[in-house]
Amino acid sequence: MATSRADLPANAEASLLKVRDLHTWFELRQWGFLRVGAVHAVDGVNFTLERGEAVAFVGESGCGKSSLARTLLGLHRPTRGSVRFAGREMQSLSPAELKAYRAEVGYVQQDPYGALPPFLDVRRILAEPLIVHGIKDRQERERRIRAVLEEVRLSPAEEYLGKFPHMLSGGQQQRVVIARALILAPSMIIADEPVSMLDASVRVEILNLLRGIQARRELTLVFITHDLSTVRHFAERIFVMYAGQVVESAAVDELLDHPQHPYTQALLAAIADPDAANARRLREVPAGEPPSLIQPPTGCRFHPRCPHAMAGLCDRDDPPDFTPRENHLSACWLHR
Amino acid sequence: MIGARWREHWEELRRYPSALVGMAIIALLVGLSLYTVIAIPYSQALEKWRGGEPWQLHPVNAAPVWLDRLTGGREARTLIASSEDAEVEEVPFEGGRRLRIPLEVDYDYAGFPSELNLFLHAEGHPQRPFARLAWQTPDGREIALGGHRIGREDRISLSQDRALERRLGGLVPHVGLLADPEIEGEPQVLPGRYRLLLDAVVFDDTAGIDAELVLYGRVHGIAGTDHQRRDLSLALMWGTPVALAFGLLAAVGTTVTTLVIAAVGVWYRGWVDAVIQRLTEVNMILPLLPILVMVGTLYSTSIWLMLGVVVVLGIFSAGIKMYRAMLLPIREAPYIEAARAYGAGNLRIVMRYMIPRILPVLIPTFVTLIPTFVFLEASLAVLGLGDPVLPTWGKVLNDAQSQSALYNGYYYWVVSPAVLLMLTGLGFAMLGFALDRIFNPRLRSL
Repeated sequence: MATSRADLPANAEASLLKVRDLHTWFELRQWGFLRVGAVHAVDGVNFTLERGEAVAFVGESGCGKSSLARTLLGLHRPTRGSVRFAGREMQSLSPAELKAYRAEVGYVQQDPYGALPPFLDVRRILAEPLIVHGIKDRQERERRIRAVLEEVRLSPAEEYLGKFPHMLSGGQQQRVVIARALILAPSMIIADEPVSMLDASVRVEILNLLRGIQARRELTLVFITHDLSTVRHFAERIFVMYAGQVVESAAVDELLDHPQHPYTQALLAAIADPDAANARRLREVPAGEPPSLIQPPTGCRFHPRCPHAMAGLCDRDDPPDFTPRENHLSACWLHR
Repeated sequence: MIGARWREHWEELRRYPSALVGMAIIALLVGLSLYTVIAIPYSQALEKWRGGEPWQLHPVNAAPVWLDRLTGGREARTLIASSEDAEVEEVPFEGGRRLRIPLEVDYDYAGFPSELNLFLHAEGHPQRPFARLAWQTPDGREIALGGHRIGREDRISLSQDRALERRLGGLVPHVGLLADPEIEGEPQVLPGRYRLLLDAVVFDDTAGIDAELVLYGRVHGIAGTDHQRRDLSLALMWGTPVALAFGLLAAVGTTVTTLVIAAVGVWYRGWVDAVIQRLTEVNMILPLLPILVMVGTLYSTSIWLMLGVVVVLGIFSAGIKMYRAMLLPIREAPYIEAARAYGAGNLRIVMRYMIPRILPVLIPTFVTLIPTFVFLEASLAVLGLGDPVLPTWGKVLNDAQSQSALYNGYYYWVVSPAVLLMLTGLGFAMLGFALDRIFNPRLRSL
């Protein structure tokens, strides 16, 4: 690896990722220069991920989970707050260090066909990250490409190397996407709804593949989804997001069995369906509209839709994280 | 692999007859260009096209030979009788010699020649020699053509001899000298052997006289000649590589720069894009032709300068708007985001991921763009802004126009460069339309 990992101080003791008070706002401008407001896509998020941990971020669409993923990938610049990866502050990385950081974090996208350049074949698609990171030796590249294809169970590799994305099935395309995320040997994978555009029949396969690779490589896996049915099997911890903030977090079983925040409770109540196929699936959101991210509600973001809202408190003050149960955080005034 | 994909396109291309015809035409033009450039070197072509000396044995405004074949007539070709082939009688006398040079031609064309000239060279004489000329016809008449003092380089334009014309009964000499005197009314050619007898007195014991009698034809070569006796085939042949080079370079220059700039604007957005868009909008309302006319009039009409101006003005052309519209959705494609996530730089994303995506769609546009620049170059030449030294199709048309070729009935002068221009347009258009169907799936017929 030409851009050496040594650029980032490897501190095995510390947590891999520490996110503190992270804000990602998108400024709205009129006539190209007048600031008229901002979309508060990520608005004060805190969490810590350990090495080898698999976590899930859930929430309805527009809650900021994808913006959070892109901020962690360095695709969006945080407006405020800190992201520390392996002990280094991301904001202070030099361009070379940022490039090294990008080799450390793999990205698996939602739409596998769109995620692959249609005019390149599989060999070239997988070679690109290696070329970008300065691996000039053809044989070395070829060896790594074959190894990673075997790892995502596209074997024999020869059969796939010369194929263009449109010649592959959706599941195979997503395997190529995963292979591309793995080829630089990252220590963290961010998967943004990795199976939501796939056929139901291949979803489990892809999730099992990701889980297997995560366990084997001891990767940190950030799994972003709106599909609660898969979460229990593929994540150890859940973060529930609402309007750009994490409102509740706990270990998977703890959170699904004992939801504390009214929003989580409403979510789970909405899917209390005896049909096994629909179980744990986020179908309906609680009554009311998701809040505007341009002018978020004052106080608790959920208070306009909350059945337990307390006038004079919830609509005025931001709730801090409370600990209603052991290792279970919930940002709600009910737990005060 | 990429090769397989191109082979696939080639297989598909072969199914369109128009593509095959188009490619055949282009191959023909390219072949002609290569032959021309090898057979007639650039400097030699420029030198000859300047006119004068190299062309003095060519007729003026002669039609192409094939035109004569087509009409079935037997129009005159150019005939040359030289003293080198003649049997010269020498009679020495005190202080000099008497030379008798018979210049003979067998004339059996149906039409009269277009002109009669006698070229005389006398080198190394202490005193100018004197010559008496006589014209002997096949039926035994002899017509005196008068006497001349011969200089070192002399041209006797028999066709211009007014006195002779009067003696021939008002017929111009190149008609009157060859006409059958038995036939009333419209003069007819009397076929047979004609002889120009040159009786010269030279005042030297050794120096001789070179004489060349030229009966200029009415048809010449495959393309005919122009008012300066220049063979049009030279301009038509050299016009091909010039036109193709101009069209191709202008098309490549404008397409590549426009595409890269559009992609850069789309990728960086913000003020970069704003500046590019405003420049494009200003450039779009600037008229290209008047600017070229101004550059040509005030500065230089060199074809390479014109090419430069065309490319520079083409950089911020309307194409930017089209490419921008095509690139905007590509910018947001997930694979671009993935490339950023694994650390690809801006240059790599623009050049390797964005531009290749729209390249296939651009190939047909590019192919059909080539002839528009060929036509532009021809238009400039017709407007009198052609390259001053280079023979091109447009300049042939310009000459034809300034000499009122159509009014004078020299159709070939206008038709042959026009046919070559149309052939170029046709070839590229036929290929371009077929490529459009292949690369533009919406047009594909099932």
